[in-house]
Amino acid sequence: MGRTSGLLYRIRGGVHPPSSKDLTAEKQIRRIEAPATVTIPMRQHIGAPCTPRVKKGDEVLVGTVIGDSEAFVSAPIHSSVSGKVVQVAPQPHPAGGEVLAAIIENDGEYRRDPSLAPPSPWEDMQPEEIRKEVRSAGMVGLGGAAFPTHVKLSPPREYPIDTVILNGAECEPFLTSDYRLLLEEPDAVLEGMRIIMRAVGARRGIVAVEDNKPKAIKAMETCVRGSGIEVASLRTRYPQGAEKVLIANLLHREVPSGGLPMHVGVVVNNVGTAYAIARRFSEGMPLVERVVTVTGSVVREPSNLMVPLGTGFSHAVEACGGFTEPPAKVIMGGPMMGLAQYTLEVPVVKGTSGILALSWKEARYSEPAEPVCIRCGRCVDVCPMGLIPTYLGTYAHNEKWDLLQRLHIEDCIECGCCTYTCPTKNPLVQLIKTGKAELARRRQHAERRESENRAAAEKSEGAGKDG
Amino acid sequence: MDEGKLIISTSPHVRDPINTRRIMCHVIAALAPVTVYALVIHGLSALWVLLASIAGAMLGDFSMQKGRRLPVTLDDCSALLTGLLLALTMPPKLPWWVAGVAGLAATVLGKQMFGGLGHNIFNPALVGRAVAFVSWPGYFAAGYAKSAAIGIANTAAHKTIQAAVDVASGASPLAAMKIVYDPSTSPIGPGGVPRGIVASTYYKPLLLANPWGCIGEVSALLLILGGIYLVATRVIGWRITVFYVGTVAALTAITGRDPLFYILAGGLLIGAVFMATDYTTSPLARRGKIVYGIGLGVVTWLLRFWSNNPEGVMFAILFMNALVPLIDRYIMPRRYGRVKEAEEAVRT
Ligand code: SF4
Ligand code: SF4
Repeated sequence: MGRTSGLLYRIRGGVHPPSSKDLTAEKQIRRIEAPATVTIPMRQHIGAPCTPRVKKGDEVLVGTVIGDSEAFVSAPIHSSVSGKVVQVAPQPHPAGGEVLAAIIENDGEYRRDPSLAPPSPWEDMQPEEIRKEVRSAGMVGLGGAAFPTHVKLSPPREYPIDTVILNGAECEPFLTSDYRLLLEEPDAVLEGMRIIMRAVGARRGIVAVEDNKPKAIKAMETCVRGSGIEVASLRTRYPQGAEKVLIANLLHREVPSGGLPMHVGVVVNNVGTAYAIARRFSEGMPLVERVVTVTGSVVREPSNLMVPLGTGFSHAVEACGGFTEPPAKVIMGGPMMGLAQYTLEVPVVKGTSGILALSWKEARYSEPAEPVCIRCGRCVDVCPMGLIPTYLGTYAHNEKWDLLQRLHIEDCIECGCCTYTCPTKNPLVQLIKTGKAELARRRQHAERRESENRAAAEKSEGAGKDG
Repeated sequence: MDEGKLIISTSPHVRDPINTRRIMCHVIAALAPVTVYALVIHGLSALWVLLASIAGAMLGDFSMQKGRRLPVTLDDCSALLTGLLLALTMPPKLPWWVAGVAGLAATVLGKQMFGGLGHNIFNPALVGRAVAFVSWPGYFAAGYAKSAAIGIANTAAHKTIQAAVDVASGASPLAAMKIVYDPSTSPIGPGGVPRGIVASTYYKPLLLANPWGCIGEVSALLLILGGIYLVATRVIGWRITVFYVGTVAALTAITGRDPLFYILAGGLLIGAVFMATDYTTSPLARRGKIVYGIGLGVVTWLLRFWSNNPEGVMFAILFMNALVPLIDRYIMPRRYGRVKEAEEAVRT
C-alpha cells in the first residue's frame, strides 16, 4: 500500500530538541561478550516482579528461566549466560532502589538450554498459542516502558483490534537502536510485526518512522512490498513516538483519557520488540539480550551494542572505549525521559534502550528554588495532551489536590516537553510527577479506609445478630 | 569511576537554551530600529523622555526588590524593556520628570505591587502611562510635535491635515481625523474633501515618518518589521496581534471609515505588537489569545468611535488585561482524548 502520510491531525505540541543521533546513527550493531558475572534483577517490567526460580549454587544455561510469576501482568526472566548462580540478593537497579537479583558467574561458553527450540511456524499457530509463546519468551516492550507484551496482545473480546502500529519513531535524541534494527534487520522486524498482527487478529499494519531517518524508511519500504503493510513517515518532533501521539497522528483516533490503545482498536509495539519476537519464532531465543545505544559526548566511541541482559553499565561503556572525561550525568534511556543513575554498577535490563553520558557543560542548568512563571504560554503550546502544565506545576507545588484533578493531571504522559521549553527553567514535569504520585497515594489511602470502614460496619452488624 | 559525583535529577536532562533575559533582549532588539529612528526625528527632547522613563522603571524595580529583601533581577532586562516601551508610548515633548515618574509608577505600581515579574495583572508600561496621562493631561496634549517643526512635506493636502491637527489642539492625527470626519466641527466642512482621500493622504507619513503621534508611532513600517521579527524568532505568537488588528480593521470598514488609516494611526500597531502580546497580561492558551485579540479590537473600536478619547488602545489593553484571568479560566486548550463515545467505552 506504500506510504501513509504523517500529517498532523488535531494533536499538536511537541518540541524539537537537537537530535544528536549522528554520534551513533552510522554505527553497525556490535555484539559484545557478557562480563565475568552478570546481575539479572527480578523486576524488569511494569507489573508484578518475578520470584527467583534459582538459588545459590544452581547451574544455569542461556535461556534458563531464573525468575517467574503467577501474575498475568508479568513476564519470566531468563539467564543470558551459562554458568553458576553465585548469589541471589538485592542489588542496585537502574530504575532506582535495590531489587532482588540473581548474580551469575559467566563460564563464557554460552551453552543454550536444550529446552529452547523454535516453536512450530507461527502461521500454523492459533493466536492463543502465539501469546503463550511470547509470554514464555519473557517479551516486554523494549521502547523503555517495558510493559509485558503478551498482555498487550490479549485485548478483551469487546475491543477488536484492527490495526497494529510498529513504533519506529525513536523520537528521543541520541538513541539509534531502533533505527539500526530497521536498517540491518528489516525482514526480521517485519516478520515480528506479522506475528503480532496474527496474535491480535489485526488486518492493518503500519510501520511508523520519523522522516529524519530516510534510509530506514527506504529499507522498510523495500521490505514491505506486496505484504499489505504500510510504511508511514512521521514529521520529526518529540514526543512523536508516544503511543497516544502516534495513534492520533497516524489514524486520527484519540485514546480516551484513562484508556489504552486497544480501546480505539490499536496495538502499538516497538521495533525492538518485534525483532525479539521474530527471533523467538525463528531460533527459539527468549529475551536475553537487547540493542543498547551507548552514547554521549564523553564516550570515546559511541556505539550501538547488542548486550546480554545483566551486563553492567560500566562494562558496556568499557566496550565503547570508556570515557574521555568523567561524565557529570549518566542516564538510562534518552535525555527527555531517561533516568539519571548514581552509579554505573547497575545492569542492563530489558528496558535499557540507551546509556547516555553527559558532560558537565551539557548537564548543568539551574532550577529556581521556587517555581517561577512569566506566563509565556510555551508549556501550554508544547503539551501534546492539551494540558496547562504551568497550572499543574503550581498547584502540585501548593498541594491543591482537587484543582489538579480538575485539570486532569492524570492525562500527563510525562514527556517533559513543558520543562524542556520553559524559559524560567521551571521544573514542571518533576512537580507534576510528584503531584501524581501523591494523588495516587491519597486515593489508595481513601480506598483502604473505606474498605476498613465497610469491614468494621459488617462486623458490628454481625455482632448485632449474634447478640 | 568518579562515582558519587554523578548528578541526579529527573528528566528531561536537556533544556531549550531560551531564558527570560533572551526573550526580553529579543523584544528590545525588535524595538531598537523604531527607537533610534524616533530619536533622529524628534531629537533631544525624546531622548530625555526615553532616559528618564528607563531610569524610573529600573529604579522602581530595584528599590522594591531591595526593600522586600528579594534578589534584584535587573539583569533579566524586564525593567529596561518596560521603561523603553513606556517611553515609546509617550509624546516626544513631554517634560522628562513626568516620564521619570511614569517609569517609576510602571514597575512599582504596575509590577512589584502585584508580586513582581509574572504576577502583575496589568501591563506595567501602560499602568505607568495611565498614571502620567491622568495626572498631567495638559503636558500630554502639549507634548505632541507639529509637522512644521520637523519640516515634513509642505503640500496642500498636508496643510489641510495640519490645520485639522491644530484644531485638535496639537493632538495626534487620530484626533485630527475625528474632526475631519465630524461634519459639525470639521474645518473642511461638510461635502468638502471625500473621506477616502483625506485618510489616504496620511498613509505615507504614518508608514515612514509620522511626527504627530507618540515617540514610538514615528514609523508604522518599523513597528511592523519589529513584529515580524518577534514572530519569526518565536518570541511572540501571531494570534493576538493579527486578531486585534484584524478586528479593528473589520469593524472600521463596516462602519464606513478607512481601515488602513485606523491601523496605521494612533497606538494600535505598537499596542498590538508589543503591549497586547505581553506574556504576563495575556491569556496562556492559543484559543484564549484569539478571544483576547478580538476583544481588544472591539473595545478599541468602541473607544475610538464612541468616546472623546482617541487613546483607545491604551485603555482597551488595560481593560482586557482585567479579563485575562476570566479568559484563562474558561478557555482552555482542547484536551487530548476528550472523545465522548470512547470515554464511555472505557467506563463500561
Ligand atoms: S504536562 Fe505532561 S504531557 Fe504535557 S508537556 Fe508536560 S510532561 Fe508532557
Ligand atoms: S513555559 Fe514556564 S514561564 Fe512559560 S508559561 Fe510555562 S511555566 Fe510559565
